[in-house]
This record gives sequence, C-alpha cells and structure tokens, in this order.
Amino acid sequence: MNIVDRRLNPKGKSHTNRQRFLRLARETVKEAVARSIKERALGDVDTKEVVNIPRRRIHEPRFYHASSGGDREHVLPGNHEYVQGDKLPKPSGGGGGGGREGSPDGEGEDSFQFVLTRDEYLDILFDELELPDLAKTHLKEATALRTTRAGYSCSGSPSNLNLVRTMRNSLARRIALHRPKSPEMAELDAAVAALADRSDRSAEDDERLVCLRAQQAYLVRRAKYIAYIDPVDLRYNRYEPTPKPNAQAVMFCLMDVSGSMSESMKDLAKRFFLLLHLFLSRKYEQVDVVFIRHTSEAKEVDEETFFRSAETGGTVVSSALEEMRRIVAERYPLEDWNIYAAQASDGDNFSGDSDACLSILRRELLPFCQYFAYVEVLDEREAGMFRSEANASALWRDYKIIAEAHRNFAMKRVFSKADIFPVFHQLFAKNRQAA
Amino acid sequence: MSAGRATSQRSANGLLYQSGEWNFDTLKRTFDAIEAIALGELGLDPYPNQIELISSEQMLDAYSSIGMPVFYNHWSFGKRFVRDEKLYRKGYTGLAYEIVINSNPCISYIMEENTMTMQALVMAHAAFGHNHFFKNNYLFREWTDAEGILDYLTFAKAYVARCEEQHGVAAVERILDAAHALMDQGVNRYSRRPRPSLADEEKRAEARRKHNRETYNDLWRTVPKKAKAPEEADAGQADVRIGLPEENLLYFIEKFSPRLQDWERELVRIVRQIAQYFYPQKQTKMMNEGCATYVHYRIMNRLYDLGKISEGAMLEFLASHSNVIFQPEFDDPRYSGINPYALGFAMMQDIERIVSDPTAEDRAALPEIAGTGNVMGVLKTAWANFRDDSFIAQYLSPHLMRKLRLFKLADHADSKEYLVDAIHDERGYDRVRRALQRQYDPGLRDPNLQVTGVDLKGNRRLVLTHSLNKSVPLSESDAKTVLAYVADLWGYEAQLHGIDADGTTRYRYEATPP
Repeated sequence: MNIVDRRLNPKGKSHTNRQRFLRLARETVKEAVARSIKERALGDVDTKEVVNIPRRRIHEPRFYHASSGGDREHVLPGNHEYVQGDKLPKPSGGGGGGGREGSPDGEGEDSFQFVLTRDEYLDILFDELELPDLAKTHLKEATALRTTRAGYSCSGSPSNLNLVRTMRNSLARRIALHRPKSPEMAELDAAVAALADRSDRSAEDDERLVCLRAQQAYLVRRAKYIAYIDPVDLRYNRYEPTPKPNAQAVMFCLMDVSGSMSESMKDLAKRFFLLLHLFLSRKYEQVDVVFIRHTSEAKEVDEETFFRSAETGGTVVSSALEEMRRIVAERYPLEDWNIYAAQASDGDNFSGDSDACLSILRRELLPFCQYFAYVEVLDEREAGMFRSEANASALWRDYKIIAEAHRNFAMKRVFSKADIFPVFHQLFAKNRQAA
Repeated sequence: MSAGRATSQRSANGLLYQSGEWNFDTLKRTFDAIEAIALGELGLDPYPNQIELISSEQMLDAYSSIGMPVFYNHWSFGKRFVRDEKLYRKGYTGLAYEIVINSNPCISYIMEENTMTMQALVMAHAAFGHNHFFKNNYLFREWTDAEGILDYLTFAKAYVARCEEQHGVAAVERILDAAHALMDQGVNRYSRRPRPSLADEEKRAEARRKHNRETYNDLWRTVPKKAKAPEEADAGQADVRIGLPEENLLYFIEKFSPRLQDWERELVRIVRQIAQYFYPQKQTKMMNEGCATYVHYRIMNRLYDLGKISEGAMLEFLASHSNVIFQPEFDDPRYSGINPYALGFAMMQDIERIVSDPTAEDRAALPEIAGTGNVMGVLKTAWANFRDDSFIAQYLSPHLMRKLRLFKLADHADSKEYLVDAIHDERGYDRVRRALQRQYDPGLRDPNLQVTGVDLKGNRRLVLTHSLNKSVPLSESDAKTVLAYVADLWGYEAQLHGIDADGTTRYRYEATPP
C-alpha cells in the first residue's frame, strides 16, 4: 500500500475550466457587474459578486424521458396504509412520485447562481477601461533601468563565468581533438614503471619499453598542447540593462468640503475616488493616495477626515491645485511616479479665482499629470435644473476651456449613484475622444 | 498487529489510534489492520491500493472532472465546479468523504479534514469495498481497462489540448459540446460480434466451396431465376454493411460521418471511450455502494470487536454510517428517490441473514442460497456476476420488501389518479420486485434510440428512431437541441422519429446543420 500526500500539488486545477465557463457566461456576468456597481454600498466594491446566469445559455442537453406522458410505474419505500387497488390523487402539476424523472442532473432551477472571485470581478469591471495616455507614460519612465539576463557571451567578467556552458564546450573540444584522458595516461605510466622495474628484461622488452616511453612522451606533449580549458571554451552570463516600467502611481483626490457640499454629494465623490483607486491599483504595483480637501484654503488630510468631517467657509479651488503642485514638487519626483488627479466639487468657486485655477492647471499641473479628471457632483434635486450645459456652474465653464485644449483633462457631471460607473467608464474608455 | 513497534500507550489498550487526529503512522497502522481483515477474514480480492491525501479544495477540483485526476478541459467541468463550490461553501452539501478510481493500482482519495475514524471508514469503504467490486464485477472486467485508464486520460487531455492549439478552442468546443450531449447514447450495451480472423474466414470459405462442390448439380442452372429489383436489394445491403440499426450514436457518427475531420473524429472517439468507461458504474451504482458499505460495516465492527478502535470511534462511525444509509419514506419532504446506499446495504445484509439464518419463507424464495452458511462466498458470487437490475430480480427477498415497505404505483397518463398496483404482500412480491428491477434496468431507464436509416448515396439524411416504451416521450426541447448537435456532427440533415409500440409515429423532429 502506498500513501501519497497530494496536498501540496498545485491547486486550482479547475481554473481553466472555470475561466471557460465564465467566458461563456460573459455577457450575463458583465451585465450583473454593471448592475451591482450601481447598487452596492460604498465599502463593498472590492468584494465578491454573486451572478445569476440564465440556464439556457449553459444548458447541457441530453436525450432523456419527459417528466410526463405515457404509462409509468414507481416503486416507493415506506408504505403505511395503502393496500392493492387504492387510488391516490395525482399532485397538481404532474410529475411527483418517482422524483428522479424531473431533470437529468437534478438541477431544476431557472438560473445558475455563482460567485465571482475578486479578481474575476475586477477584471470584468475594468474590462474596457484603459489608462489614459500610456504612451506618454513610457517616455517618462525610460529613465529607470534594471539589468536582466540576456543569454551568453564569449567575454565578460570572471564573476559571471557560466561553468556549465564552459565545461560543456571544453569537453566537446577535448573529445574532438582526442586529448589523452588521464586514466589512459595513468595506465601507460604504470606499464612503463612496471617494465622499467623489471630486472630480467629481454631485448624485446627493452624495445617495447622504448616504444612505450616514446608514446608516453607523445601523450604528455599532446596533453600540453590541447589545454583542458581553453579561452575559446569560456562562456559568460550576459546581462542587459532594460528600462524598468514605472510601477508606481500617486493619486490625488481633491474635494471641495465647503458648506455647499452635502453628505450625499460627498458620498458620490467618494464612490468616484474609490473606483479610481481600485482601477489604479490593478495597473500599478504601488499606488499612493493623497487627499486634499479645500474650502477657501487647502490642506492635506487623511482619508477619515477627508470624507467625514465638514468644514465651513468659502470656496477657492486654486488653493487645492496649488497644494497639489507643492506636494508633487516635494514628494513625488516625476521620473518615479505617475500622477493622477481626480477632483470632485459642486462647481462653486470664488468668482475671482478662475484665472488662478486655469493658469496653475495649464502651466503647472496638466503638463506632468497622466490624467486629470473632474467630476461635478450635483444633488438629485438640482439635477433637473442643471442638466443642461447652459446652466452650468462657473467652474464648469472655466474647465470647459481647458478640456478643449488638453487631452489629459476630462470632465463629467454626476447626478446619482447610478451615474458613477458609467461616467467612470466614459472617462477611461479605451477609445476616449478628447473632450 | 506487530507488537515490536507498538508505543507503550498503545500496547496498554491495544487501540490503533487514540484521538481524532490522524498522522501517517496511524493511517498506515490502521490500513494494515483493515487489510488483514479484508483479505484474511472476508477474503476480498482487490487491486493493489494507493491512498492519496488531498485537501478539500482539491476534492472540489476532482469532483468537477467526474472524479478523475486527469481530464481534458471543457467549460462544463467549470460549471460543475462553480456549482459544487457554491453548494459546499454555503454548507448545503458536504463533500464526499472519498473518491475512488477504477484503476490499477486502485487510487482512493481521502481528505485531510477527515478525522481518523472517517479515514478508517473511507479506507475500508473505498480501498477494499469498491476496489473489490471494480476488480471482480463482470461489467467492469468486460468493459473497462483498469490498467490503462489513467494513461488514456492523459493522452486525451494532451490530444484535446493539441487540437485546441491547432484549431482553436471554439472549434474543439463545438465537437465536445455535441459529443457530450450524446454521451448517454455513446455506449455499447452488448459486445460486438468478434471480428473473424483471416484464418477463420479462409476456413469458412473453404467449407463453403467444399459444400458447393459436393452438392453441385447442373440441374439448378436450368431453373429460371426471378430478377430482383436491384436498387432495393442494394439499399438493404448498404444498411447492413454499415451495421444499421446502430444504437451507439457516437460510434456511428465517428465511423460514418461524411463531414468530420480526422481530429474531430478522434475527439468524438475520446468522448465515446470515456462514456463507455463510466457505463458500468451507472449500471451497478446500487450494488457497488451496497458492496462497499457492507464491507466497511463488517470491517469497522470487526476492528471494534478486536479492541482496536475505541467506543467513541465506533459511535462516530455509526453516526456517519447511519447518515449514509438513511432512506426517507416516500412522503417525507427529504425523499428524492431510493438511496442506492440504503437499498444496497439492506440487500447485502439480507443476503447475509438468508445464508446464515433463513426462515421457511427464505428457503422457499431463495432455495439455492438459504442456509448454505458461506456468506462471503454467496456475496462475492453476487458481486461478480450481477448488475443492479438482475441483482434485484435474483435476490430481493419478501422479508426485505416488507422491511422497506415497498409498494408499486401505476401512473397512467390519461388517469387522474395513481393506482396502488402492488404492495409488500403475498400477491404483490413478484410484481414489486419486477417493477423495481425495471426501474434499475438501463435498457428501460435510458431512451431507446437507434440510427435506423441513412441515405449515403442521396441527400445523406440521417434518421434516428426513438422506440417509445409505454408511450413515454422524450423531453421535447432537449431532444430538439441534441438533434441539432447530431446534425452538426453529421454535417447533413438529421431526423428523429418517435415510434410508439403499435407502430404509430408520435413525433418527428428535424434539424439541419448550421
């Protein structure tokens, strides 16, 4: 008997099958994911999603007997009171009795329910989204280099010597050139010594001794000519510097927290930030988040304060932009970081601030940002009033000018929870048109 | 049990293991004790055993590929995985304690989460009960190749993967989807006539020539012959040549489909081989489980009698054992058909009773085994030579029918009521037994479908005939979908005729390839 411990064998043998099954159900799954993002509570975006798939899409048909029609018989256990000849009313809806005739594999449900893993969920969620302006990112990233293995070379530093390759070449060369082998030479040495030691050598033996000595000398000479390891054998591991992809990003969340922003508007903004963060963390190894909130002056805060506490005061948007510029200059050198910014506001701004905003954006921020997204969050009550562009806020009108000139600037208006994902989708869609 | 290796604690009370925790040492020790009973006392004849320890996650993986350790990729296995995983995570179903593979050596999977008592139960159940059945039952011996199955599955997996690489996943999936739909109709129910060897053919031809020579009479030449209509004779002959009617649809498609590429034919063949491999399991489910359950019950009790497992372990075993053989009554909401474990185990125990301590009734009903005294001999003969339906016909005793309170309902389509046709009494025993036998008869359980006609010279239309048994029709929507698959594999039009016993056509479906 054999006991084999298979617990350490690779898990997830069904992964391929699962993926294929998901692909089959992809359309349905996508709809479900899109729906879920609208309905979910804030903290849940990152958790598992239950998806219902209509059975017909993944049905495996077989030839089997229908559940009704024809004459049947059933043998059942547990008779209590019946005697031969009794009659029982059939349950309405037919079937009954036998039980197993219903369906071939016992799945009678109308839909097939299952749970997506986190990765599958996010994959589908971000399926058609693309990081904006990746090309530009690459240009900036080219500064960081990393050495990677790149085959073998004939020259190099001794520390990179590849022993296996070198010895293989050496062996091949020695065989090809018939370098005398050491056992062979040892044997010859022993024969010569034995013969030389013998005192009763005949003339014939003497002749043989001379012959052997000549052969010995020849082999020694040959072994000297054909080196054991020759410079032509040497092989070195080769390394090549390759540009290292820049794997970190920083995301700036800018939000107006002045009195005019209601809780529900902040909630909308938070959802947007949350999606952006999820999205970035899938694309980059490391994502830093910087929260800047502003009223008439801006301050960097932690997440809790950012979303929870309310402030009173006026609204000067340029203060937040200025703060962001300062932090970038201080902490996030452009050659190491990809910079993303998302601003949420209700659109109010101090009337004299427009020019300052525009100039900071144009000159300082947009040139080094990968992407700057502006979402204007509006109360549902206001939605009707502000839906048309003509009634847009002051900030919206100002930003509109920028959006027309810069491809990495995008702006959208959000009215309700259900809008968040579509808007996010639009902002980051693969074939995003310049706004 | 070897005394030398025994720990002081064990030798004090003779137990194989002390707590629910298992380790490789207790596993090995317990296996040896079980083996001694199974081979020595019960006289079982299993394949060599291989026990594999896996985690619950791996058990789920194994589940989804019909319990086989190697299997080709297909989305339907993913679907099964997703479903089982959900049921398991939600706690609707536990995992099976074990999976056992009909191979040589016989591989049993046991889960690391099980307690030591469960591991002992599983080893007795799978590694000896099922294993003995696989090795000895005539269906498995005739139809499955325990030596080669794992190699074949490895080949199949590699072949399917290579086809996917060459022709694309979608093209492979198209064939597999269609072939899977026909799996139930892709088995040989009887062996084919053995192909005569060349020597036999020559001998026969020689005999025929000799006969002609010896009975030659020139007179026959002068007798006028009636000319046969040539095309009619031809058509009939063509059907015979390709072996119509043919009940193995996958075989027929593989051999004669005009459109399939070679690699597609091979895929159909792989599905057919696997269907054939599993066919005996479907026909012996009840017996196989009954055999394994009976064996583990005997072995565990014996271990307890020998003082090798504790009372606590025995209680744990009995709790789990009685869950396995629980049979709800027909009006219980939990009822979902007859539990094969329950019926199988009950029949094995009943045979034991009849052989060792029969009543007069048993002597009358089963004279050839009643009171012979050799329980294991009788059981082993039964396990070797029967399948579920014949086993019931042969061994279901009146005593057991009374005990299970079996009764038979007749369900006529045009009646508003069920009729209690027979119950467990003198007048009903035979009819209940026969009805239960029919319930397990694969020939009646699976629809009777055959390829009955194919117009190879004309429009190449393929005709399938479903011969209705007692007017029970096929499930219509599924039948149409599968027929579309048949048409796709065949490459030309396919028809399905439902013919009732009196020769009337009940339905006729048609499908053309996409």
